[in-house]
Amino acid sequence: MDIQITLRVDGVQAPLSVDTRTTLLDAMRDRLRNTSPKKGCDHGQCGACTVLLDGRRVNSCLVLAVTADGAEVTTSDGLAAGGQPHALHRSFVEYDAYQCGYCTPGQICSAAGVLAEAAQGWPSTVTEDLTAGTADLTDAEIRERMAGNLCRCAAYAHIVPAVAAVAGAQGVRR
Amino acid sequence: MREFRYERATDLAGAVATLAAAPDGAYLGGGTNLVDLMKLGVATPDVLVDVRELTSTAVEELPGGGLRIGAAVPNADLGADRRVRERYPVLAQALLSGASGQLRNRATTGGNLLQRTRCSYFTDVTKPCNKRAPGSGCGALQGAHRNHAVLGATIDGPDSPVTCIATHPSDMAVAMVALDAVVQVLGPDGERSIPIAGLHRLPGDDPSRDTTLRHGELITAIDLPPLPAGTVSRYRKSRDRASFAFALVSVAVAVALEDGVVADVRLALGGVAHKPWRAAAAEEALRGQPPTEAAVTAAARAELAAATPLPENGFKVPLAQNLLVRTLLDLTGASR
Ligand SMILES: Cc1cc2nc3c(=O)[nH]c(=O)nc-3n(C[C@H](O)[C@H](O)[C@H](O)COP(=O)(O)OP(=O)(O)OC[C@H]3O[C@@H](n4cnc5c(N)ncnc54)[C@H](O)[C@@H]3O)c2cc1C
Ligand code: SF4
Ligand code: FES
Ligand code: FES
Repeated sequence: MDIQITLRVDGVQAPLSVDTRTTLLDAMRDRLRNTSPKKGCDHGQCGACTVLLDGRRVNSCLVLAVTADGAEVTTSDGLAAGGQPHALHRSFVEYDAYQCGYCTPGQICSAAGVLAEAAQGWPSTVTEDLTAGTADLTDAEIRERMAGNLCRCAAYAHIVPAVAAVAGAQGVRR
Repeated sequence: MREFRYERATDLAGAVATLAAAPDGAYLGGGTNLVDLMKLGVATPDVLVDVRELTSTAVEELPGGGLRIGAAVPNADLGADRRVRERYPVLAQALLSGASGQLRNRATTGGNLLQRTRCSYFTDVTKPCNKRAPGSGCGALQGAHRNHAVLGATIDGPDSPVTCIATHPSDMAVAMVALDAVVQVLGPDGERSIPIAGLHRLPGDDPSRDTTLRHGELITAIDLPPLPAGTVSRYRKSRDRASFAFALVSVAVAVALEDGVVADVRLALGGVAHKPWRAAAAEEALRGQPPTEAAVTAAARAELAAATPLPENGFKVPLAQNLLVRTLLDLTGASR
């Protein structure tokens, strides 16, 4: 069954007729030709499809496109405002935080989500004092909070410092 | 995936009426479990009634000191809620230990409670499974069942239509069972309140039913009653890797001491049964006792006495006992 929706991806508004079964990931890649988010597992297990949906990181492979009607979607490409790389993009390059790069757009969006969540003081399962109002993105915190993003090339040892550098610059790492 | 009609209701009663009129329909929360199962062909709804933007996303104070959690509150927001962190740490810890940051952002409180088992025969439509295809048998009993139940299972041979050894996968629900949460439901016949211990069921003679909800019943909120003064609580989860994995066994413990003896104790186990397992026998054994290592160990043993371990999951029995003992001793040691 087709349904008429409007997707706003990376600032571009697109009216679209989609089969209700279409995921946000497939709508972006196959219909809007925005191939920044990647398909790894298609089951919420790898994080390659991570985008920011109304500012929150989610797995776009488990979001039905019809439920994102009118929402603001930002992919890793969209984080490069005006063609200028985001601080996370620069940091991933500087720390060599990838090999094949397939997981990278998902890692970048997830890291953007981690920074925003830390700025709001959200704890994680490795946070010692749950009642502390502020978050400190130690290496252990970054590993835990980025656990939803798998890297088949195992670039983790470089991803953690790449995220840590931006966290430090943004004041969410002491 | 089967074709389906997508519906958004303007009010709760409209959502309930729409689903009541669609015997093969389902509510849609965050979709992190349902959409996954639809892709696998395990769930085949012909109508989806989206309730994520319809049910409440608020966590509100209840008169008397409890909290009311709207069914659509995301798992991430609930785990980060200051009142939950301060008053119900066991619940915050359970939420934060589940899934990934991305999934917790999308998953709702109602959907989390009603997520289906991760049994790999249930999720593979080519395999026998009494839960997915009633009467087809249970592939897990003589297959891979390392993650399966050791308490309350129905074990009647692999071809029996009643056998099911599945576990309930939610972390959040284990903490809520320990906290005596109450589930608020709106159905075709009106509202009702279900003490959470009565929401999930054992497989009994009908493994196809996970819960006591009737078709069309919508979870609108979950109420947390206040805990007795001086209660300390903790969730501890053991799993195959440090993060982003379901529990092998987990424990939710809330305990209050008075004059050195256990005045109030609530214990629940995850990963051991078809429902979050309230450890009533262990609670009974502990009440009024000083929480010594001997008393706590005896209580944990009493709870697991009825266990029915299978060839691959026997490790869960000592694991559950040890988690109960360690967590109780750590908590009471710290609060003394
Ligand atoms: C890779 C992966 C790892 C995971 N790891 C964990 C883990 O470690 N621990 C853990 O606890 N969970 C884990 N999960 C499961 C996750 O927590 C659930 O998928 C999520 O909580 C379900 O919530 P939802 O809102 O997305 O539900 P949905 O998928 O939308 O719905 C689930 C069920 O609930 C019904 N439903 C939804 N809302 C309502 C309502 N208000 N009233 C009545 N019925 C309703 C739906 O019809 C459906 O049957 C994991 C999931 C994935 C994909
Ligand atoms: S354990 Fe239950 S869910 Fe798993 S195959 Fe057997 S009947 Fe199905
Ligand atoms: S493609 Fe979405 S999580 Fe793997
Ligand atoms: S860089 Fe290759 S998968 Fe991560």
